[in-house]
Amino acid sequence: MSGTERDKQQCAALENSLVEYLDGRARPAERRFVEEHLAGCADCRLRAEEFRALSGVLDGLPVMFPSPSFDATLRARINAEPAPRRFWDWLPSPRLAFAVTALVAMSVWLASMPRALTNSTIANQAPAETDIGMIRDLSVLENYDVVSKFDALSELPVPPAASPETVTKKETR
Amino acid sequence: MPQLLDKTRVLLDVEAMARTDVQLMLDVKAGDEQSFELLLRRYRTPLINFLYRMVRDQAVAEDLTQEVFFRVYRARQEYAPSAKFTTWMFRIATNLALNSVRDNRHRQMEVSMDQPIGAGEEQQRALELPDRTPTAEQDLVARSRSDLILKAVHALPEKQRTAVLLHKYQELDYGEIARILECSESALKSLLFRAYETLRAELAPMMDSSTKA
Repeated sequence: MSGTERDKQQCAALENSLVEYLDGRARPAERRFVEEHLAGCADCRLRAEEFRALSGVLDGLPVMFPSPSFDATLRARINAEPAPRRFWDWLPSPRLAFAVTALVAMSVWLASMPRALTNSTIANQAPAETDIGMIRDLSVLENYDVVSKFDALSELPVPPAASPETVTKKETR
Repeated sequence: MPQLLDKTRVLLDVEAMARTDVQLMLDVKAGDEQSFELLLRRYRTPLINFLYRMVRDQAVAEDLTQEVFFRVYRARQEYAPSAKFTTWMFRIATNLALNSVRDNRHRQMEVSMDQPIGAGEEQQRALELPDRTPTAEQDLVARSRSDLILKAVHALPEKQRTAVLLHKYQELDYGEIARILECSESALKSLLFRAYETLRAELAPMMDSSTKA
Protein backbone atom coordinates (compact mmCIF):
# COMPACT_ATOMS: atom_id res chain seq x y z
CA MET A 1 0.00 0.00 0.00
CA SER A 2 1.46 3.39 -1.04
CA GLY A 3 1.92 6.28 1.35
CA THR A 4 -0.75 8.46 -0.28
CA GLU A 5 -3.29 5.64 -0.16
CA ARG A 6 -2.59 5.13 3.53
CA ASP A 7 -2.96 8.90 4.09
CA LYS A 8 -6.34 8.88 2.29
CA GLN A 9 -7.53 6.03 4.47
CA GLN A 10 -6.40 7.89 7.57
CA CYS A 11 -8.19 11.07 6.38
CA ALA A 12 -11.37 9.01 5.94
CA ALA A 13 -10.91 7.42 9.38
CA LEU A 14 -10.59 10.91 10.85
CA GLU A 15 -14.21 11.58 9.90
CA ASN A 16 -15.34 9.36 12.76
CA SER A 17 -12.93 10.84 15.29
CA LEU A 18 -12.49 14.54 14.53
CA VAL A 19 -15.71 15.84 16.10
CA GLU A 20 -15.16 13.76 19.22
CA TYR A 21 -11.56 14.98 19.41
CA LEU A 22 -12.54 18.65 19.05
CA ASP A 23 -15.20 18.50 21.77
CA GLY A 24 -12.71 16.84 24.11
CA ARG A 25 -14.61 13.55 24.46
CA ALA A 26 -12.20 11.31 22.52
CA ARG A 27 -10.53 8.40 24.30
CA PRO A 28 -6.74 8.66 24.76
CA ALA A 29 -5.93 6.22 21.91
CA GLU A 30 -8.25 8.06 19.55
CA ARG A 31 -6.85 11.43 20.59
CA ARG A 32 -3.29 10.22 19.89
CA PHE A 33 -4.34 8.97 16.45
CA VAL A 34 -5.96 12.33 15.54
CA GLU A 35 -3.01 14.37 16.81
CA GLU A 36 -0.50 12.25 14.89
CA HIS A 37 -2.56 12.54 11.70
CA LEU A 38 -3.09 16.28 12.04
CA ALA A 39 0.64 16.80 12.53
CA GLY A 40 1.31 15.24 9.13
CA CYS A 41 -1.79 16.26 7.08
CA ALA A 42 -2.21 19.94 6.21
CA ASP A 43 -5.72 19.45 4.72
CA CYS A 44 -7.10 17.80 7.84
CA ARG A 45 -5.36 20.39 10.03
CA LEU A 46 -7.11 23.18 8.10
CA ARG A 47 -10.41 21.33 8.39
CA ALA A 48 -9.96 20.94 12.14
CA GLU A 49 -9.24 24.67 12.49
CA GLU A 50 -12.36 25.51 10.49
CA PHE A 51 -14.45 23.17 12.61
CA ARG A 52 -13.20 25.01 15.70
CA ALA A 53 -14.14 28.35 14.13
CA LEU A 54 -17.54 26.96 13.17
CA SER A 55 -18.14 25.91 16.76
CA GLY A 56 -17.49 29.53 17.80
CA VAL A 57 -19.98 30.79 15.20
CA LEU A 58 -22.64 28.33 16.35
CA ASP A 59 -22.19 29.60 19.91
CA GLY A 60 -23.61 32.92 18.65
CA LEU A 61 -27.19 31.74 18.89
CA PRO A 62 -29.08 33.61 21.60
CA VAL A 63 -30.60 31.69 24.51
CA MET A 64 -34.38 31.87 24.77
CA PHE A 65 -36.46 31.73 27.92
CA PRO A 66 -40.03 30.56 28.38
CA SER A 67 -42.73 33.22 28.63
CA PRO A 68 -43.90 34.25 32.15
CA SER A 69 -47.20 32.41 31.65
CA PHE A 70 -45.50 29.14 30.70
CA ASP A 71 -45.74 27.40 34.09
CA ALA A 72 -49.30 28.58 34.77
CA THR A 73 -50.53 27.41 31.36
CA LEU A 74 -48.91 24.01 31.81
CA ARG A 75 -50.29 23.68 35.36
CA ALA A 76 -53.80 24.53 34.13
CA ARG A 77 -53.51 21.92 31.40
CA ILE A 78 -52.32 19.27 33.84
CA ASN A 79 -55.10 20.12 36.30
CA ALA A 80 -57.68 19.77 33.54
CA GLU A 81 -56.50 16.21 32.94
CA PRO A 82 -58.64 13.65 34.80
CA ALA A 83 -56.76 11.70 37.47
CA PRO A 84 -55.63 8.24 36.35
CA ARG A 85 -57.93 5.43 37.55
CA ARG A 86 -56.38 2.92 39.89
CA PHE A 87 -57.44 -0.69 40.45
CA TRP A 88 -59.80 0.06 43.33
CA ASP A 89 -61.42 2.86 41.33
CA TRP A 90 -62.77 0.21 38.99
CA LEU A 91 -64.59 -1.52 41.87
CA PRO A 92 -68.27 -0.49 42.15
CA SER A 93 -69.59 1.55 45.06
CA PRO A 94 -70.85 -0.46 48.11
CA ARG A 95 -74.51 0.44 47.42
CA LEU A 96 -74.30 -0.71 43.80
CA ALA A 97 -72.44 -3.89 44.84
CA PHE A 98 -75.19 -4.69 47.43
CA ALA A 99 -77.98 -4.07 44.92
CA VAL A 100 -76.37 -6.28 42.26
CA THR A 101 -75.69 -9.09 44.78
CA ALA A 102 -79.30 -8.97 46.05
CA LEU A 103 -80.64 -9.10 42.49
CA VAL A 104 -78.48 -12.11 41.61
CA ALA A 105 -79.45 -13.94 44.83
CA MET A 106 -83.14 -13.36 44.18
CA SER A 107 -82.83 -14.65 40.61
CA VAL A 108 -81.09 -17.82 41.80
CA TRP A 109 -83.73 -18.39 44.50
CA LEU A 110 -86.59 -17.95 42.03
CA ALA A 111 -84.96 -20.26 39.52
CA SER A 112 -84.46 -23.01 42.12
CA MET A 113 -88.15 -23.03 43.26
CA PRO A 114 -90.44 -25.96 42.00
CA ARG A 115 -92.93 -24.85 39.40
CA ALA A 116 -96.52 -24.72 40.83
CA LEU A 117 -99.31 -24.92 38.29
CA THR A 118 -101.88 -22.21 38.69
CA ASN A 119 -105.54 -22.33 37.53
CA SER A 120 -104.79 -20.08 34.66
CA THR A 121 -102.05 -22.36 33.36
CA ILE A 122 -104.40 -25.39 33.61
CA ALA A 123 -107.11 -23.46 31.83
CA ASN A 124 -104.62 -22.55 29.18
CA GLN A 125 -103.41 -26.13 28.88
CA ALA A 126 -106.95 -27.79 28.43
CA PRO A 127 -107.87 -26.23 25.10
CA ALA A 128 -104.43 -27.01 23.88
CA GLU A 129 -104.93 -30.76 24.54
CA THR A 130 -108.34 -30.69 22.80
CA ASP A 131 -106.79 -29.06 19.78
CA ILE A 132 -104.11 -31.73 19.63
CA GLY A 133 -106.81 -34.49 19.72
CA MET A 134 -108.71 -32.82 16.92
CA ILE A 135 -105.64 -32.61 14.79
CA ARG A 136 -104.88 -36.29 15.42
CA ASP A 137 -108.43 -37.39 14.30
CA LEU A 138 -108.66 -34.90 11.47
CA SER A 139 -108.61 -37.58 8.73
CA VAL A 140 -111.58 -39.40 10.34
CA LEU A 141 -113.55 -36.18 10.75
CA GLU A 142 -112.92 -35.22 7.18
CA ASN A 143 -114.51 -38.53 6.02
CA TYR A 144 -117.38 -38.46 8.58
CA ASP A 145 -120.14 -37.64 6.04
CA VAL A 146 -119.01 -40.42 3.76
CA VAL A 147 -118.88 -42.92 6.61
CA SER A 148 -122.32 -41.95 8.02
CA LYS A 149 -124.06 -42.19 4.60
CA PHE A 150 -122.31 -45.35 3.45
CA ASP A 151 -125.09 -47.78 2.36
CA ALA A 152 -122.88 -50.82 2.33
CA LEU A 153 -122.54 -50.56 6.09
CA SER A 154 -126.30 -50.98 6.58
CA GLU A 155 -126.26 -54.23 4.58
CA LEU A 156 -123.81 -55.86 6.93
CA PRO A 157 -125.29 -58.77 8.95
CA VAL A 158 -126.20 -57.88 12.50
CA PRO A 159 -124.23 -59.98 14.94
CA PRO A 160 -126.47 -62.46 16.83
CA ALA A 161 -127.37 -61.49 20.35
CA ALA A 162 -125.95 -63.79 23.00
CA SER A 163 -128.52 -66.50 24.18
CA PRO A 164 -129.18 -66.96 27.92
CA GLU A 165 -127.90 -70.55 27.65
CA THR A 166 -124.51 -69.76 26.47
CA VAL A 167 -124.24 -67.14 29.16
CA THR A 168 -124.99 -69.65 31.92
CA LYS A 169 -122.52 -72.15 30.39
CA LYS A 170 -119.76 -69.64 30.53
CA GLU A 171 -120.62 -68.73 34.10
CA THR A 172 -120.49 -72.38 35.26
CA ARG A 173 -117.09 -72.85 33.67
CA MET B 1 -35.31 32.98 62.94
CA PRO B 2 -36.16 34.08 59.35
CA GLN B 3 -32.46 33.63 58.46
CA LEU B 4 -32.56 30.06 59.78
CA LEU B 5 -35.68 29.38 57.74
CA ASP B 6 -34.03 30.78 54.61
CA LYS B 7 -30.94 28.60 55.20
CA THR B 8 -33.13 25.51 55.67
CA ARG B 9 -35.02 26.30 52.47
CA VAL B 10 -31.76 26.76 50.56
CA LEU B 11 -30.45 23.45 51.93
CA LEU B 12 -33.68 21.68 50.94
CA ASP B 13 -33.47 23.23 47.46
CA VAL B 14 -29.86 22.11 47.06
CA GLU B 15 -30.77 18.63 48.23
CA ALA B 16 -33.70 18.52 45.81
CA MET B 17 -31.57 19.78 42.93
CA ALA B 18 -28.95 17.14 43.69
CA ARG B 19 -31.52 14.39 43.13
CA THR B 20 -31.08 12.73 39.77
CA ASP B 21 -33.69 13.00 37.06
CA VAL B 22 -34.59 9.35 37.49
CA GLN B 23 -35.11 9.79 41.25
CA LEU B 24 -37.29 12.83 40.59
CA MET B 25 -39.32 11.02 37.96
CA LEU B 26 -39.85 8.04 40.29
CA ASP B 27 -41.08 10.50 42.92
CA VAL B 28 -43.46 12.01 40.37
CA LYS B 29 -44.70 8.48 39.68
CA ALA B 30 -45.33 8.06 43.40
CA GLY B 31 -47.46 11.22 43.35
CA ASP B 32 -44.95 13.91 44.38
CA GLU B 33 -45.92 17.05 42.46
CA GLN B 34 -42.90 19.01 43.78
CA SER B 35 -40.53 16.68 41.94
CA PHE B 36 -42.32 17.45 38.69
CA GLU B 37 -41.86 21.16 39.40
CA LEU B 38 -38.12 20.53 39.80
CA LEU B 39 -37.91 18.66 36.51
CA LEU B 40 -39.82 21.47 34.87
CA ARG B 41 -37.45 24.07 36.30
CA ARG B 42 -34.45 22.00 35.23
CA TYR B 43 -35.44 21.37 31.62
CA ARG B 44 -37.91 24.00 30.39
CA THR B 45 -35.19 26.37 29.11
CA PRO B 46 -33.01 23.71 27.38
CA LEU B 47 -36.15 22.21 25.82
CA ILE B 48 -37.56 25.48 24.56
CA ASN B 49 -34.19 26.34 23.00
CA PHE B 50 -33.87 22.93 21.38
CA LEU B 51 -37.40 23.13 20.00
CA TYR B 52 -37.01 26.72 18.82
CA ARG B 53 -33.89 25.74 16.89
CA MET B 54 -35.77 22.81 15.40
CA VAL B 55 -38.94 24.68 14.32
CA ARG B 56 -37.73 28.34 14.15
CA ASP B 57 -40.96 29.66 15.67
CA GLN B 58 -41.06 30.86 19.27
CA ALA B 59 -44.80 30.35 19.83
CA VAL B 60 -44.70 26.86 18.33
CA ALA B 61 -41.58 26.02 20.35
CA GLU B 62 -43.33 27.04 23.55
CA ASP B 63 -46.43 25.01 22.68
CA LEU B 64 -44.29 21.98 21.89
CA THR B 65 -42.35 22.36 25.14
CA GLN B 66 -45.65 22.35 27.02
CA GLU B 67 -46.68 19.26 25.10
CA VAL B 68 -43.43 17.46 26.03
CA PHE B 69 -43.91 18.16 29.75
CA PHE B 70 -47.57 17.26 29.53
CA ARG B 71 -46.72 13.91 27.93
CA VAL B 72 -44.02 13.25 30.51
CA TYR B 73 -46.51 13.94 33.28
CA ARG B 74 -49.24 11.84 31.70
CA ALA B 75 -46.85 8.90 31.23
CA ARG B 76 -45.57 9.04 34.83
CA GLN B 77 -47.38 5.82 35.84
CA GLU B 78 -45.74 3.83 33.04
CA TYR B 79 -42.28 5.35 33.61
CA ALA B 80 -39.51 2.77 34.08
CA PRO B 81 -35.91 3.95 34.57
CA SER B 82 -34.55 1.75 31.78
CA ALA B 83 -32.88 4.70 30.01
CA LYS B 84 -31.73 8.18 30.99
CA PHE B 85 -34.57 10.60 31.62
CA THR B 86 -33.12 13.09 29.11
CA THR B 87 -33.01 10.42 26.39
CA TRP B 88 -36.70 9.78 26.88
CA MET B 89 -37.61 13.46 27.10
CA PHE B 90 -35.56 14.55 24.06
CA ARG B 91 -36.94 11.66 22.04
CA ILE B 92 -40.47 12.93 22.71
CA ALA B 93 -39.32 16.46 21.86
CA THR B 94 -37.59 15.35 18.65
CA ASN B 95 -40.64 13.43 17.42
CA LEU B 96 -42.94 16.36 18.17
CA ALA B 97 -40.61 18.84 16.47
CA LEU B 98 -40.16 16.75 13.34
CA ASN B 99 -43.92 16.20 13.06
CA SER B 100 -44.51 19.92 13.48
CA VAL B 101 -41.93 20.79 10.79
CA ARG B 102 -43.47 18.24 8.40
CA ASP B 103 -47.00 19.51 9.07
CA ASN B 104 -45.87 23.09 8.55
CA ARG B 105 -44.09 22.20 5.31
CA HIS B 106 -47.22 20.42 4.13
CA ARG B 107 -49.34 23.47 5.03
CA GLN B 108 -46.95 25.80 3.21
CA MET B 109 -47.10 23.57 0.15
CA GLU B 110 -50.91 23.74 0.21
CA VAL B 111 -50.78 27.54 0.46
CA SER B 112 -48.32 27.84 -2.42
CA MET B 113 -50.48 25.53 -4.58
CA ASP B 114 -53.44 27.87 -3.97
CA GLN B 115 -51.46 31.03 -4.73
CA PRO B 116 -51.38 32.44 -8.26
CA ILE B 117 -48.14 31.83 -10.16
CA GLY B 118 -45.58 34.50 -9.35
CA ALA B 119 -47.05 35.49 -5.98
CA GLY B 120 -44.79 33.06 -4.15
CA GLU B 121 -41.70 34.47 -5.84
CA GLU B 122 -42.60 38.00 -4.79
CA GLN B 123 -43.24 36.85 -1.26
CA GLN B 124 -39.91 35.03 -1.25
CA ARG B 125 -38.16 38.18 -2.50
CA ALA B 126 -39.86 40.22 0.24
CA LEU B 127 -38.71 37.71 2.84
CA GLU B 128 -35.16 37.89 1.61
CA LEU B 129 -35.00 41.69 1.56
CA PRO B 130 -34.17 42.28 5.24
CA ASP B 131 -31.07 40.10 4.87
CA ARG B 132 -29.76 42.33 2.05
CA THR B 133 -30.45 45.71 3.61
CA PRO B 134 -27.59 46.94 5.75
CA THR B 135 -28.58 47.31 9.42
CA ALA B 136 -27.17 50.07 11.57
CA GLU B 137 -28.23 48.74 14.93
CA GLN B 138 -25.97 46.23 16.67
CA ASP B 139 -28.81 43.98 17.82
CA LEU B 140 -30.18 43.82 14.32
CA VAL B 141 -26.79 42.62 13.09
CA ALA B 142 -26.70 40.02 15.81
CA ARG B 143 -30.23 38.96 14.98
CA SER B 144 -29.46 38.59 11.31
CA ARG B 145 -26.35 36.57 12.21
CA SER B 146 -28.37 34.22 14.39
CA ASP B 147 -31.03 34.04 11.66
CA LEU B 148 -28.36 32.95 9.19
CA ILE B 149 -27.08 30.32 11.59
CA LEU B 150 -30.59 29.05 12.24
CA LYS B 151 -31.34 29.01 8.53
CA ALA B 152 -28.19 26.98 7.83
CA VAL B 153 -28.97 24.54 10.65
CA HIS B 154 -32.57 24.27 9.51
CA ALA B 155 -31.48 23.49 5.95
CA LEU B 156 -29.73 20.32 7.16
CA PRO B 157 -31.53 16.99 6.70
CA GLU B 158 -33.76 16.18 9.72
CA LYS B 159 -31.45 13.63 11.31
CA GLN B 160 -28.31 15.76 10.88
CA ARG B 161 -30.09 18.83 12.28
CA THR B 162 -31.30 16.95 15.35
CA ALA B 163 -27.84 15.45 15.88
CA VAL B 164 -26.14 18.87 15.71
CA LEU B 165 -28.62 20.49 18.09
CA LEU B 166 -28.37 17.70 20.64
CA HIS B 167 -24.58 17.55 20.35
CA LYS B 168 -23.69 21.22 20.16
CA TYR B 169 -26.33 22.82 22.35
CA GLN B 170 -27.58 20.12 24.72
CA GLU B 171 -24.16 18.49 25.06
CA LEU B 172 -25.67 15.03 25.35
CA ASP B 173 -23.21 12.15 25.09
CA TYR B 174 -22.89 10.19 21.87
CA GLY B 175 -24.63 7.08 23.24
CA GLU B 176 -27.65 9.12 24.29
CA ILE B 177 -27.95 10.98 20.97
CA ALA B 178 -27.60 7.67 19.11
CA ARG B 179 -30.45 6.21 21.16
CA ILE B 180 -32.66 9.25 20.50
CA LEU B 181 -31.98 9.04 16.76
CA GLU B 182 -32.13 5.23 16.82
CA CYS B 183 -28.79 4.72 15.08
CA SER B 184 -25.35 3.37 16.02
CA GLU B 185 -22.70 5.56 17.63
CA SER B 186 -20.40 5.28 14.64
CA ALA B 187 -23.28 6.23 12.30
CA LEU B 188 -23.93 9.24 14.55
CA LYS B 189 -20.28 10.36 14.39
CA SER B 190 -20.34 10.15 10.62
CA LEU B 191 -23.68 12.04 10.61
CA LEU B 192 -22.22 14.80 12.75
CA PHE B 193 -19.10 15.07 10.60
CA ARG B 194 -21.19 15.49 7.44
CA ALA B 195 -23.47 18.03 9.15
CA TYR B 196 -20.52 20.15 10.35
CA GLU B 197 -18.95 19.92 6.90
CA THR B 198 -22.13 21.36 5.35
CA LEU B 199 -22.35 24.08 7.99
CA ARG B 200 -18.68 24.91 7.49
CA ALA B 201 -19.37 25.57 3.79
CA GLU B 202 -22.65 27.46 4.42
CA LEU B 203 -21.34 29.67 7.20
CA ALA B 204 -17.86 30.25 5.76
CA PRO B 205 -18.43 34.03 5.31
CA MET B 206 -19.37 34.33 8.98
CA MET B 207 -16.32 32.34 10.02
CA ASP B 208 -14.09 34.74 8.07
CA SER B 209 -15.71 37.78 9.69
CA SER B 210 -15.50 36.25 13.15
CA THR B 211 -11.82 35.41 12.73
CA LYS B 212 -11.16 38.94 11.39
CA ALA B 213 -13.04 40.45 14.32
